[in-house]
Amino acid sequence: MDRALLEGDPHSVLEGMIISAYAIEATKGFIYVRAEYPIAVLHIRKAIDEAHERGLLGDNILGSGYSLDIEVREGAGAFVCGEETAMIASLEGERGMARPKPPYPAVRGYHGEPTIINNVETFANVPLIIEEGGAAFAESGTEGSKGTKIFALAGQVNNTGLVEVPMGATIREIVFGVGGGMPRNREFKAVQMGGPSGGCVPAAHLDLPIDYDSLKEVGAIMGSGGMIVMDNTTCIVDIARYFISFCAEESCGLCAPCRLGTVQLEETLNRITEGKGTLEDLDKLESLGEVVQQTSLCGLGQTAPNPVMSTLRHFRDEYLAHVVDKTCPAGVCTALLPVEATVGKEK
Amino acid sequence: MTAVDLGPAHAVLEDMAPVDHGHAIPLLQNIQESYGYLPREVLLELSSETGIPASHLFGLATFYAQFYLEEHGRHTVRVCRGTACHVRGRKIIQEAIDEELGIGPGETTEDRRFSLETVACVGTCFLAPVVMIDHDYFGNFDPKKVGEIIGGYE
Repeated sequence: MDRALLEGDPHSVLEGMIISAYAIEATKGFIYVRAEYPIAVLHIRKAIDEAHERGLLGDNILGSGYSLDIEVREGAGAFVCGEETAMIASLEGERGMARPKPPYPAVRGYHGEPTIINNVETFANVPLIIEEGGAAFAESGTEGSKGTKIFALAGQVNNTGLVEVPMGATIREIVFGVGGGMPRNREFKAVQMGGPSGGCVPAAHLDLPIDYDSLKEVGAIMGSGGMIVMDNTTCIVDIARYFISFCAEESCGLCAPCRLGTVQLEETLNRITEGKGTLEDLDKLESLGEVVQQTSLCGLGQTAPNPVMSTLRHFRDEYLAHVVDKTCPAGVCTALLPVEATVGKEK
Repeated sequence: MTAVDLGPAHAVLEDMAPVDHGHAIPLLQNIQESYGYLPREVLLELSSETGIPASHLFGLATFYAQFYLEEHGRHTVRVCRGTACHVRGRKIIQEAIDEELGIGPGETTEDRRFSLETVACVGTCFLAPVVMIDHDYFGNFDPKKVGEIIGGYE
């Protein structure tokens, strides 16, 4: 979603940044973009050059006496650098490791200076709000979350792509309305929202109006804006294992709860998908997950257990099937399949 | 070990001057762009030219997944292991590519034609499953076409 904004409308992001920087009298700005998005890097660089040519960036912008320089930095492949203090460390030329908060970056950020960090989509909304006014922006959305939101709809759904809807649209409207439902009329199982540290929302919440608060209540987050639809051929335990293994690998290793806890969660889930899990393992996942959430230094560790916790909450039956009945209802965990079924899967 | 030409490194330093601690990561990125990896001799030279401790440069090179300390293939094949790709059959694609190239993720073919990697997400989830070769995207990747696609890169 952010990639598409930077590629397709880089000036909206740049303009939002310039306005915001002017508001707080910042003289230096950075756009931190993943190196895996080469076209986004190219387009935002071009937009910066164009803004310089027209006197919208650089010294004495439009004769106002205000100067601003914006630099593009490419991420070097570390998920943790999405966390604001780790991102600042990376901009300063350090390993991308989080720093304790407070002090928050708004007080002490880049090289000790007050620093405001916002997402691409947030900045892209700023010119719109300035031009049309806050009231117009607030016309769409819910009580707590105003405006529209862009979701990246993907996974086992007929229409995939970027979807912009008013805050408060329901999951059903997005998945079955815009998304056109599941391929081959398969059964909807869950939608994973918010990226690797998000949560899985089950069919029971299909009519949930999506905003920041409602997602939090069901154990998911807005996060990256990713909406990955899963049908009944997806094993929820395997998905939880997949997410935690990603976070374990991406942990920067600085604090023990995240460095060790994510690995323990991963190993426990590995055992369960291999048919060696016990009922105690489920309790262990929950208590350990809670410790990691509460004691990790930064957002990566604090949210890493979300996929495990949300699936344990909404899909406990499927965990029990793996642990007690030693079966994988979705037919994904190969160690739990009858031999004939394993052969069938090869096709 | 054959001596590494330090010329390109000096060109990068000159182009970026003045290089301070804060530019250590873009410096390594530009060095890797010109050498294809981060040769040890070059890192030591960068350290003595910029005053950034070599231990710090190696620290960065080993922290960030983007950097390689070993010589890399001419082309990089990146298999996306993001969630959307995961639920749409990334595993089958990974197996097909591993088999076609005869290597696993993190490895380079003997002829140095390809290096194989996995990547967290390439941001094109609606094309899942996705494979990137250098800067080219291949969406809705068909494992049957692996040979054909790989064959387009020399």
